[in-house]
Formats: sequence, C-alpha cells, structure tokens
Amino acid sequence: MTTTRATMPFDEALERFEPVLGLETHVELGTESKMFCGCSTEFGAPPNTHVCPVCLALPGALPVANDKAIESTIRIGLALNCTIAEWCRFARKNYFYPDMPKNYQISQYDEPLCVDGHLDVEVEGRTFRVGIERVHLEEDTGKSTHVGGATGRIQGADYSIVDYNRAGIPLVEIVTKPVEGAGHLAPEVAKAYVTELRELLRALDVSDVRMEQGSLRCDVNVSLMPRGSAVWGTRTETKNVNSLRSVERAVRGEIERQAAILADGGRIVQETRHFHEDTGATTPGRSKEEAQDYRYFPEPDLLPIAPAPEWVEELRAALPEPPATRRARLQAEWGVSDLDMAAMRNAGAVDLVEATVAAGVPAADARKWWMGELARRANESGTALADLPITPEQIARVVELVASGALNDKLARQVLEGVLAGEGTPDEVVEARGLRIVDDEGELTTIIDEVLAANADAAGKVRSGKIAAVGALVGGVMKASRGKADAARARELILERLGVSG
Amino acid sequence: MSLTRKTAAELGELMAAGEVSSVEVTQAHLDRVAEVDGKVNAFLHVAAEAALEQARSVDARRAAGERLGPLAGVPIAHKDVFTTADMPTTAGSKILEGYRPPYDATVTARLREAGLVILGKTNLDEFAMGSSTENSAFGPSRNPWDLDRIPGGSSGGSSAAVASYQAPLSTGTDTGGSIRQPAAVTGIVGMKPTYGGSSRYGLIAFASSLDTPGPFARTVLDAALLHEAFSGHDVMDSTSIHAEVPPVVEAARHGDVAGLRVGVVRELSGEGYQPGVLARFQEAVELLESLGAKVVEVSCPSFTYALPAYYLIAPSECSSNLARFDGMRYGLRVGDDGTRSAEEVMALTRAAGFGPEVKRRIMLGTYALSSGYYDAYYGSAQKVRTLISRDFEAAFHQVDVLVSPTTPTTAFPIGERADDPMAMYLADLCTIPANLAGNAAISVPCGLADEDGLPAGLQIMAPVLGDDRCYRVGAAVEKAFQDRWGGPLLKEAPAL
Amino acid sequence: MSAITRDEVAHLARLSRLALADAELDHYAAQLDQIIAAVARVAEVASGDIPPSSHALPLTNVYRPDQVRPCLPPQEALAMAPAVEDDRFRVPRILGEEA
Repeated sequence: MTTTRATMPFDEALERFEPVLGLETHVELGTESKMFCGCSTEFGAPPNTHVCPVCLALPGALPVANDKAIESTIRIGLALNCTIAEWCRFARKNYFYPDMPKNYQISQYDEPLCVDGHLDVEVEGRTFRVGIERVHLEEDTGKSTHVGGATGRIQGADYSIVDYNRAGIPLVEIVTKPVEGAGHLAPEVAKAYVTELRELLRALDVSDVRMEQGSLRCDVNVSLMPRGSAVWGTRTETKNVNSLRSVERAVRGEIERQAAILADGGRIVQETRHFHEDTGATTPGRSKEEAQDYRYFPEPDLLPIAPAPEWVEELRAALPEPPATRRARLQAEWGVSDLDMAAMRNAGAVDLVEATVAAGVPAADARKWWMGELARRANESGTALADLPITPEQIARVVELVASGALNDKLARQVLEGVLAGEGTPDEVVEARGLRIVDDEGELTTIIDEVLAANADAAGKVRSGKIAAVGALVGGVMKASRGKADAARARELILERLGVSG
Repeated sequence: MSLTRKTAAELGELMAAGEVSSVEVTQAHLDRVAEVDGKVNAFLHVAAEAALEQARSVDARRAAGERLGPLAGVPIAHKDVFTTADMPTTAGSKILEGYRPPYDATVTARLREAGLVILGKTNLDEFAMGSSTENSAFGPSRNPWDLDRIPGGSSGGSSAAVASYQAPLSTGTDTGGSIRQPAAVTGIVGMKPTYGGSSRYGLIAFASSLDTPGPFARTVLDAALLHEAFSGHDVMDSTSIHAEVPPVVEAARHGDVAGLRVGVVRELSGEGYQPGVLARFQEAVELLESLGAKVVEVSCPSFTYALPAYYLIAPSECSSNLARFDGMRYGLRVGDDGTRSAEEVMALTRAAGFGPEVKRRIMLGTYALSSGYYDAYYGSAQKVRTLISRDFEAAFHQVDVLVSPTTPTTAFPIGERADDPMAMYLADLCTIPANLAGNAAISVPCGLADEDGLPAGLQIMAPVLGDDRCYRVGAAVEKAFQDRWGGPLLKEAPAL
Repeated sequence: MSAITRDEVAHLARLSRLALADAELDHYAAQLDQIIAAVARVAEVASGDIPPSSHALPLTNVYRPDQVRPCLPPQEALAMAPAVEDDRFRVPRILGEEA
C-alpha cells in the first residue's frame, strides 16, 4: 500500500477538486447580564464570582430569557437579510459534560429565530453571496482548566477545574449555507465572510467580536468533490479557528489535506478537527462514528418566542448603515484608493479615521497618523490599533498643534509617544517634555552663532557661495536645539548672518 | 380542645385575638411531631429551633401592633422538594443527602413572608416520582388511617403530617396527582392550582411542564388560605401566569352549587375502580344534585390516553431535568479515586444516588426522546396532550366543573405495588388529565369505602384559572358531608 | 415481540450516565418492555393534523430585562461542591472533547 502524501499543493488540489465550505460562527452577545439569569457577563472576573443558582444549575432554579439577547439576535438576522420566525421555541440539547452545569444546553433546534438570509462579500473584485442558513440563540458553557499531564491539554490530564463565569452567556450561532463555486478563492472567501460578519456585528453594537478573547469563534466545514462531479464529499469540521488569518489558513490546509487523501483513493472521515495556530495544521478530535444523540425537545421551562411583526419592523427600520455601504461612502468622502481603503480596513483603522475626521482633522492627516506612526507602534506592541491608549480626539489635538506651527512632525511623534506611555494629554506631554518649537528668535540666533562658530569650515563654504553646505549647518542647529527649532526659519537666519541670499 | 386539632383559620383567629401565641401553637405541634412521627415518618427534617424562632418573631411583630395575614404564626409542614436556605433539601434522594441550598424557593419565601412557621421538611417519593412515598430514599411515610398502608404520593409526608395532626397545613407538588391522590387516601383536602398559578422557582423539577405547587389542609377554607398565601405571579418562573390569583378564599367561604352545571366524566369510572370508591363517588354526585347542581354525564374520549401520554412526557422531561445531578458541583460523588474519568464518576454517582423508579423513568424518557423514537413516543404524547386540552375545552362549554373519583382505589398496603410499576401508575389514572391540560383540580373527602373503611376522594376539576370554582364546589360538598357525618371525616381515623 | 432489548437498555443507561450491573439491565429491560408496550398506545390517536403541545398553556414572550443582579458569594457557590481547587469546581479527568 502506498503511503498517503500528507498534503497536496493547493493549486494542484484545486485543479482536481472543487471545495464546498460551510461556516458556523458563535458570537457572545455584549449584553450586561447572562442569557437566562442576572449574572454579569463581564470578561475576566475571578473564578466563580459571576454565578447564581440558575447558571450553576442548582436544584430548583429556572431560566428566564434576556430580552436584549432576543432583540440582538433578531437585529443580526435582519442585518443578514433573514426571515424572522413568527413563532419559535428554545430546545434542550442533552449531553453530559462537566463544563455544562445542567448537562443540557438551552439552544434552538428545528425552530431557529432567523432563517434564510445572505451576506455579500467581495474578494479580488468579485462579489460572492454567502447564504445564511440560520441564526439562533443559545448559551455558552463554563471553562475547564486541565491540570496535570505534560501539556496542560485535555489528553493526559489528571483532573480538571471548572469556572462557570462564562456559563450562560448568550451565544448567537450563525450558520451559512454551503458555499460553492469559490474555487481557488475559497480560503479568501471564508476569511472575507468572517471579516464582513465581524464588521456587521460591530456596526450593530451587539458584541465586542474579539476573536482573541473568544467572543467570536468560528468553526469551518470543508469538503471536496472531484471536478465535474455534483456529489458533495464527506466534510470535516475544524473547531475554534480564532483569528481571521487562521480562517483562511484552516480552509487552505484542509483542502490540501483532503485532496491528498482523496487522490490516493482514501476516504475522508467525518470528524471534528482542531486547528493549531502555530503550525496552521489541523489534527483529528473526537470521531463522530458513534453519532451523538442529543435528544432535543422543546424547553418546557421557557415559553415560545413570538416577536410582534410591528416590533420586528421597528428593529429593521433602525438598523445601522451596512458596513459595505458605509465603506463605499467613506472612501468617496476621503478620496482614497481601493488599495488604501483595504489597507485601512485590514488594520482596523476605518472607525478610528472616521472618528478622527469627525473631530475636525482632514482625512489625509487622520489616515497618515493612524496608518503610519500609530500602526507601527501597534504592530510593535502586538496590540490592536483600537486598543492603543490614545483617542481620535487626542490625535486631532496633535494635528492642530502641527497646523499651528507649534509642533513639527518629529515633535508630534514624540507627543504621541508620551500619550501612549500614559504621560497625559497631548498638551500635558508638550508641557512636561518641553516639546514646543523654538520660536524665540533670540534663542535661535544664539544657537546659530554657536553652530557657526563651531563649524567655521562649512560657514566659509556657504559664504563663498556653496549654498548646499547650509544643510549641515541647519542640521547642527536642529541637533543643538534637540529638534525643537523650526528648520526653515533656521536656514533663513543662517543665510542672513552669512550675508548670502537664499 | 387541643391546639393541634384546630384548623389553620381557627388558629389564625385565636392568635389575632391574643388568646394564644404562635410559640404555644408551634410548640404544641412540635410536641405532636415528637409524639407520633416515629410511627408516621412524615418528616425528613424537623426544624424545631428555626420554627420557634419564626414563631417568636411573629409574636413580637403582632405585639408591636403590626397587621399580619390570616396565617401568620400558623405552623406548616413543607414538602422537601422546595429549597430552603436554612434547612437541608433532599427531594427524598440519596443523591442530595445533606444538601443545603443557598436560596429559598419562591413558595418558601412566600410562606415566610406570610408569617407561616415551617416545622420541617416532609417525606416524598424520590424527586416526586411515585404514588406511595415508598420510593423515598429515607423510608416510606405511613397512612394515619392504617400504618401498614401508603399515605399516597408523591407528597405522602405532607398528607400524612396533616392527617395525623402534626401540622394544620402542608405544601405539596402535583405533577400527575401527587397532591390530590395523597389527600384522597388520607381523608384530607388537596388542591392542584392552575399550572403557572403557583411558582416553580426553587421547586426541584420532576416534569417542568406539569409540576404545580399546591396546598394540603384538613378543610377547604384552610387550603384556600394557604393557596392564596403562596400563589401568584413570579418573575423568576417564565411559565408563571401574569394574572391575579383567583378569589379562592372568598369562594371557600361561600360554598354553593345551586344552578351549577356538573359533568361526570364517563371515562373516569368503571373497570379497575374499587366498588366502595365508586359508591362514595356516586353518593357525592347525588349530594351535589340534592344541593341544586345540574348533573350531566360528559365524555372526554382522549382521557383514556392520558396515562400513557403522561408516562412519556413526564419521564422525557425528568430524564433531562435530573441530568444536573452528576456529582460535579454538589451532592453525592461516588468512585472518584483519582483514576476514573468524569464520565465514569458521573455514571457511578447516578447509579448509587438514584433509586430504581427514578432510574426507570430516566431511561424511559431517554428512550422516548431518542432519534428514531421521538415521533412515535414523545411526539405522539404531545399530540394526545392537545386532544386532552380539547376534550376539557369542549366539556367546559357544557358544564362548569367536572367530577370524578380522585383515585381508583383507597390506600393500598405498603409493598403491594412496589415491584409492579404499571399497577402503581394506575393510582394517577383520574388525576393526570388536569396536569396535561394545566387545569385546576381539587380533592375533597367523600367518605369511607365499605370494603376497608378507608377514605375516598372526590375530584372537582375546573378550567384554567377557574381555581375558585374548585373551592366553591369543594366547600359546599364539605359542608353537606360534614352535616351528614356529624363532623369531619378525620374524626373516624384511629387515634395515634 | 419485545419492544426493547437488553442491549438497548444498556445503550440508554450509557446515554443517561447510569452505571448499571448486568442483573439490573435484565431487570430494567423486562420492566421497560412492559411499560413501553403500554405507553405505545398514544400513537393510535396521534394523527398528523394534530398540533403537539409542549406546554400546558399557550403563553408566549416572557422575558426579563437585561439587568445585572447580585451573584452568589463564591464561598456559597462552592460550599456544596464535592471538591474545590483555586475557587474552581474540581472534577475528575475529562475524556472526550466538547460536543
């Protein structure tokens, strides 16, 4: 028997097979309280401090649904062009697992709140319409930490310890219809879908959509069918792909892996796989050969949801501008190229630039600072641009100081550095660090005289008409003033003192 | 007359008039518990100190001139399926032995607010599954009429406590008849309110869509007073009805059936019913007619499918409701030796912690919900549920209340049906339809069966939120019977 | 014909997390068989055009406002736990991954 190649090169795989994708996205809603009880949803609290009889499933406790979570789910459904159910129920999904206190998850099964929508995404100038199968509401589980064993992973652990703070946080599951026909763009389409979805959710203000904190989690389903065939292959489900880049890598990797197996006459096992951020590879998880029987049935502790049509229409009318429309509008307003716009979007700078423009800064300046100095610093410190400790209003103040001539670009960068270091507002940093441009002619003249005395050679050259040599003298003045001199004025004064006209 | 022989209403009036204190009343009942509960085994836990403390507090409030409710200072026995923050709560199961909840059930909290004095927690079939209390992990309770017989179930500790004068009042829960059947076989009054009329928050769930807290008492008026004290809307229970409690006390004070249309359910009699029980039921129907009611026979054909539907729906819900008892967060944990997995420890814990009836129902429910069987079993049972509601609806177009025997037989001997689940299930034959449709229904004593001299019950069923009708008719029947008997039926019970 | 086999009962016990001995399986198989045969009658009247009822009463739309309420103090949350470590519930090793 021949050994199966681990992977087939992507291009070769795409020549032979057509991928079919499916994406399941879980979004933790940004409600104040949990789905079925009044416990706080705040991230990062000490273990088991956000728990009560309901979310710990103590005997006798009962759930009551959070109205904001229902509303948010309907708004997500509307924004995804879904039909909103006139009547639907929660269901219990029964399985035993220590991080799930009731040993059933309250979810929705055959009666999701929103069905049959779509989201358009653009990849390389082509628009792909990703169908939305369903949007439904459920609850999150607790978090287990595995103790003992070599790796801190579930396999080989001696025991586990469980924190139920996360148990019961409202979770919206968004499931796509199978995505066909993306061909070699499949990985990019998957990434573009999650990106667009994330922007949509952010615009709706229903979740903080932080993939790194797990408030947006993605499962990727991939199957391949031979070119020319109409029969879908067996799919695998890759769980918890937790960054946009990983979505693309997971799809690509799974296509390459499955293609190699199929090309060697093997068969794909329907299974759950785990994505590894470090290598980009997936490894098999639990095989689904002994099919789970979740024994779904309508949740008797909760009443059916029957959203009033007028209310749904109110919510629809109040939806925010769709992200794609907004991007097009901003691009036109700012007069930037497609490429620049894409770069801003990738850097997470669009909202920040918009807010900075709103604070009175010309679009070009706003973009220059966010995409230049600040993007560089965010990159260095490994934080998201939006997480930098600086506000669009503070950027606006710095830009104002430059425009007024009080700062030059170099000083402005130092001001930003000070603000980022927590030294205060831009004005406080200017004051504390003494960063104002030297605009006192007397002080500047003194510095110039010192520099001319120390650089008699260069001064002589200038006097003799070699005007180009003035550059070194201006540099000397800037150095001596520690960058605070106005370089243009210094040049004028040097030429004046040396009796040369510029 | 001894304080323990008085009704709750009488005790309330005596205390309000300053003739007796709650501490005296409470002590008298605690003494009675000490005297007879060794034989009856109604209580799983007696909270003497906490009870006296609450009694003292009520007395002090009364002395300070505070206006208190009609049941302030009256002792009550509380079914051990409601959580109590100051007492253990076991649901009659080994899996919760020693468990102390950190919160009060809504019913518990309302009892306290009304000034009721909780004497302790009463015995029950494990997780309220059963008709005899024989499924309690802590031994059966006994029927004060004959200590070798069952006091009914699942709320058998509560019925036995009231019937043996250990408490004038008690709480119960009724999922398929667990209040009405024990009331009938011990000769007292038991009421299942409209589903959603009383809160399930803090009631350890058996079958969520059926469980209903309700009162036990020796008189219809006492039952109504207790019903009013703990019922009404609760934001913590999504299925709680957002409506005023029906005027039950008013109805209980003014028993009257003149001109009332009463329907006798054809399907709830005949084969399998004890002749003495049917004879007492027939007498009750004649009594109603003599009091001016218009009696007609009504057919509810789907009721014959109520029992099988119930034994699919209730186990299905319980299989899921009881999943949380896994030894991970609270309760018993068995077999955690450091090598076994969580999965194995859960299975060992549940095997050791649950009794046979609970295991049977969990597996039955798991089966009924399994893929491939769901439609034939759980799905079909839900359709039968619709049919039963339609039968009730049609019947209540014709009549104001429906009547039937509460249970087909009088109290059976302990052990007789313990190994025969199907025979045990028949005890709920008449009571289950009202649970499936959510209706209000009450059981009032209607005499002693000739064969064995044991009590039989009359069930009066009313539409959803027609709880007051149950009390109005029950009060009329109670008065007429007591006039005939020369006092309450319980007078006939042997002294303990 | 029996409605349920011993193997099916063993499967149900596994699904329900009940560690049953072989003798118990036989016992429950016989009892469940009898019960299932009796309750299967519901299918006789459950025709396709009857809507199923999952609840006793036809109520809808009961929600709570999205407001934070006090949680349990951690010592109370953990008080009844069989084992605790680092303010977390300690449980035996977990075999499979999450569903």
